Amino acid sequence: MKQWLSVWQRNVLVWRKLALPSLVGNFGEPLLYLLALGYGLGAFVGKVQGMPYIVFLASGIVCASAMNAATLEGTYSAYVRMSVQQTWEGILVTPLGVRDVVLGELAWTATKALINAAPILLVAALLGAVHDWRALWVLPLAVVVGLTFGAMALVVTAFARGFDFFLYYATLVITPMFLLSGVFFPLHGMPEFVQRGAQFLPLTHAVEIVRPLMTGQPLSQVAWHLMVLAAYALGGFALAVWLFRKRLIT
Amino acid sequence: MNIEQHQLIVQVEDLCKRFGDRVVVDGVSFSVRRGECLGLLGPNGAGKTTLLRMLLGTAIPSAGRIEMLGRPVPSQAGAVRAHIGVVPQLDNLDPDFSVVENLYIYGRYFGLPRRKLEAQIPALLEFAALPERGAAKIGDLSGGMKRRLTLARALINDPQLLILDEPTTGLDPQARQLIWRRLRQLLTQGKTLMITTHYMEEAERLCDRVMVMDNGRILTTGSPADLIRAHIEPHVIEIYGPAAEAWLAREGRLAQRVECVGETVFCYAQDEKPLLQSLSGEKGLRFSHRPANLEDVFVKLTGRELGAAG
Repeated sequence: MKQWLSVWQRNVLVWRKLALPSLVGNFGEPLLYLLALGYGLGAFVGKVQGMPYIVFLASGIVCASAMNAATLEGTYSAYVRMSVQQTWEGILVTPLGVRDVVLGELAWTATKALINAAPILLVAALLGAVHDWRALWVLPLAVVVGLTFGAMALVVTAFARGFDFFLYYATLVITPMFLLSGVFFPLHGMPEFVQRGAQFLPLTHAVEIVRPLMTGQPLSQVAWHLMVLAAYALGGFALAVWLFRKRLIT
Repeated sequence: MNIEQHQLIVQVEDLCKRFGDRVVVDGVSFSVRRGECLGLLGPNGAGKTTLLRMLLGTAIPSAGRIEMLGRPVPSQAGAVRAHIGVVPQLDNLDPDFSVVENLYIYGRYFGLPRRKLEAQIPALLEFAALPERGAAKIGDLSGGMKRRLTLARALINDPQLLILDEPTTGLDPQARQLIWRRLRQLLTQGKTLMITTHYMEEAERLCDRVMVMDNGRILTTGSPADLIRAHIEPHVIEIYGPAAEAWLAREGRLAQRVECVGETVFCYAQDEKPLLQSLSGEKGLRFSHRPANLEDVFVKLTGRELGAAG
């Protein structure tokens, strides 16, 4: 067994103890967005890109829920393990090094993304918002989205000196991304500069793949979208390892 | 030579650590033989913890050479840490897990297989004197229990060397005694121990050799008895109370040497009788007579008490 997997395993074992409240908490919010906006707002909006609004929205919510799960795990929860509980300090005097810890934590953020996105996908399917079996590709994509946002969150955590710091990240990065990546509405109605700016947001690229997969539309530029996600994931991982090494190995 | 046979467990030469302009460890050289218990004595801020972190590869030396179990550190720190057990200054047991789960997951970090760990854990619980508490949550354990569990956790990989950073700080006397008994047990099993402490009683009881550290330097090294003999007169009289200073001005010449630390006057003497005679009639002061100990060595070398902050 690769030794970094033991860090991942630690988090899995803890999650198993608290799985039920954690599932309800993480699953409840995106479900509310989906139902309230999908039906409530959907009644006014009518069709978007030729589909009922709830069908349009469901794919966006799946992506956003993967993003939020990985972000929460990579910021607050990872920070607790690093600073409050000193769990990492205990791990770093075993044969494991900083890279193993970051890799194990990153794998766990991706796992959480999958755990949170999968039930939303299921609910979407039950509501008739999923076109065909091709939508199962969304599951591995949720893992990729988790790696992307997990890596970014860990970079933020490497700088954090307290929980307050994460509010900046949530307000300045995650919330704009949530609103401007095509989760709730198509981007082509937005001003040109917003559309161009959205191309730098990884969530935009996640939505661009997941939406056609769930709604049965033709895929386009898959390799490009995946490359953007992978670039954020790999770049974030490398940066996080470097930053945590500077912080933890004095 | 492989790690299991190396006789010099720790070898350190001219080790330095600077944080910016601040020199925390300043040219330290020493070695630790297999089976030895080495005590690292010094006030807070003396550089003990930083020194230990460098041995483990979690702090990178500014200069100098470290060899642990015959291998260079930090370049091979991971491989070396596979054979070391660590009891950190502050407990970092995993609060999300029970006692048994803590031992199990810690073993996983060492890559130990599940079956091996499950076979090993009962004996470790026994060692920690927690055989009935395997399912207990960490938050429900007393300070002493947590320390014992941390010690048991450090043994999960059957280490060659145990590094203990203030293993009994903050424990009550009974809890401390139990830890000491366990550490002696480990020494009889042939384990090598490095302990930092500012309890001189702990060092005197456990350590074959102590190094006294202050301001990042090693002031002296030797067995507790040798250090006391080399540095300190055999008799010590501690005097305190409002009249102590006046007495000292009048009769202080009866002692070979006098140290004042805080409100206490320490008189060191080859012959204690004249001092005791002079003191016995005095009012307004109290005194006690005792043999010289490591604390006296420390006070003489640094002008401070062991527990005092550096």
